[in-house]
Amino acid sequence: MLKPLLILGALFTAVSSIGGAQVAVRVETPTLQGPRPLPEQTATAAIRDYLQSWQSLRAALEQNRTDLLDPAFVGTAEDKLAATIQQQTTLGIRTRYLERSHDIQIVFYSPEGLSIELTDRVEYDVQILDHDGVKTAQHVTARYVIVLTPAEVRWRVRVFQAALK
Amino acid sequence: MRARLTFLLSGMTLTLMQLAFAQDGTLSLPKIVEAGNGFSIRSTGSGKATLYVIGPGQVLKQDVQLGELTSFPAGSLYNAGHYLVVLAGANSTESGSFDVIPASKPADLSFLAKPSRLPVGMHNAITGVAYVFDAYHNLITTPTPVSFELSSPSGAVEKHIVVSRDGAASTAMDSTAQQGVDKFVARIDQVSSVRVVGQVPGDPCGLKMTVRPSGQQLQLVTDPVRDCNGNSVPDGTIVTFTETYNGAQSTVDEPLKHGIAEAEMPSHDGATFSVASGVVLGNQIRWAK
Repeated sequence: MLKPLLILGALFTAVSSIGGAQVAVRVETPTLQGPRPLPEQTATAAIRDYLQSWQSLRAALEQNRTDLLDPAFVGTAEDKLAATIQQQTTLGIRTRYLERSHDIQIVFYSPEGLSIELTDRVEYDVQILDHDGVKTAQHVTARYVIVLTPAEVRWRVRVFQAALK
Repeated sequence: MRARLTFLLSGMTLTLMQLAFAQDGTLSLPKIVEAGNGFSIRSTGSGKATLYVIGPGQVLKQDVQLGELTSFPAGSLYNAGHYLVVLAGANSTESGSFDVIPASKPADLSFLAKPSRLPVGMHNAITGVAYVFDAYHNLITTPTPVSFELSSPSGAVEKHIVVSRDGAASTAMDSTAQQGVDKFVARIDQVSSVRVVGQVPGDPCGLKMTVRPSGQQLQLVTDPVRDCNGNSVPDGTIVTFTETYNGAQSTVDEPLKHGIAEAEMPSHDGATFSVASGVVLGNQIRWAK
């Protein structure tokens, strides 16, 4: 379980452990374009839920189980990831995503408070397993754009997309 | 000093090796592919191999003949993201990566307008947020001008053009002075999304009543109740009449009917009558026979 200390308004770095692996989490000062101020508690919850979504992503793509996406993803993001899992299942592939670090910045908080957008310069390793044989392991650095919307008890990822760095 | 020189030389050697490897690389990849477009991957060597294109958004796998051009037709890869390419042969594995970017043409707007109903004459009270997507529902993150238009039944149009940042654009508009149903439109070129915003009269403004005898009682009647922009306050809005006499107070609540409220109260010489609706206080009359 990720439990990074999130201190907004100042640069911050934390190291968390996921399955024994160290994940560095850095949260940068928000650069909001909207008129609504972002309460610290809201920002903390959104980032916490986003980081947890990576665990759902990892488990779902590694086990080819779409049901593991449900708590963390919704809408387009969930549909696209579920389609990927279907493709992996058909092709006999599994993928293992191991995060190494996150560099997160909140860039938009909608005026009515119903969406938060953040960017994440994330580093992770990807292992490709074809019929359980590891084909390769690659290190990736990518910039993701994420849109979160509130659900009953948490923020869920609605858009999850790597963009050009 | 010697250790530093050794470290520097080692670093240079490593860099040269990487450059040499890059020149001898057996995969030739595009750097960027627009979502939905076809693309090709060239490999060198001979024999059979398996080609994987892997990303969280999509996965492709294809048996290929090394040394040949492998073409993926339009529509093969349509989800924007960063993709790993792995070529697994009998003796070696080569890899690379490329990015799939959203199609340049916007095809969909996710538009949220709030609130759906509000009083007239409120400053920056109507907010609109638009996320810009392509035909494959990829978020278009390149700056794109989004036009927001709020039009009232009278034909007045308030228009803001906002350039999206990371796919999102937002605006705030004033509600108009006239009650009715406004159209709130977000638009990029031919792509638009419409929301309806109901504007209702605001609080009563200049609330005024008159008092006249009615048999043994007094009849209290308001003038037509309107908001500060002249819109009629809707029937059913409660108006409170209060009589204060000899230290005692009695009140009557009456709903507006046909734009006015009326009540009958006891007639006492020297009584004071006041009228109010919600937090708005009207005039006060001292009754003397």
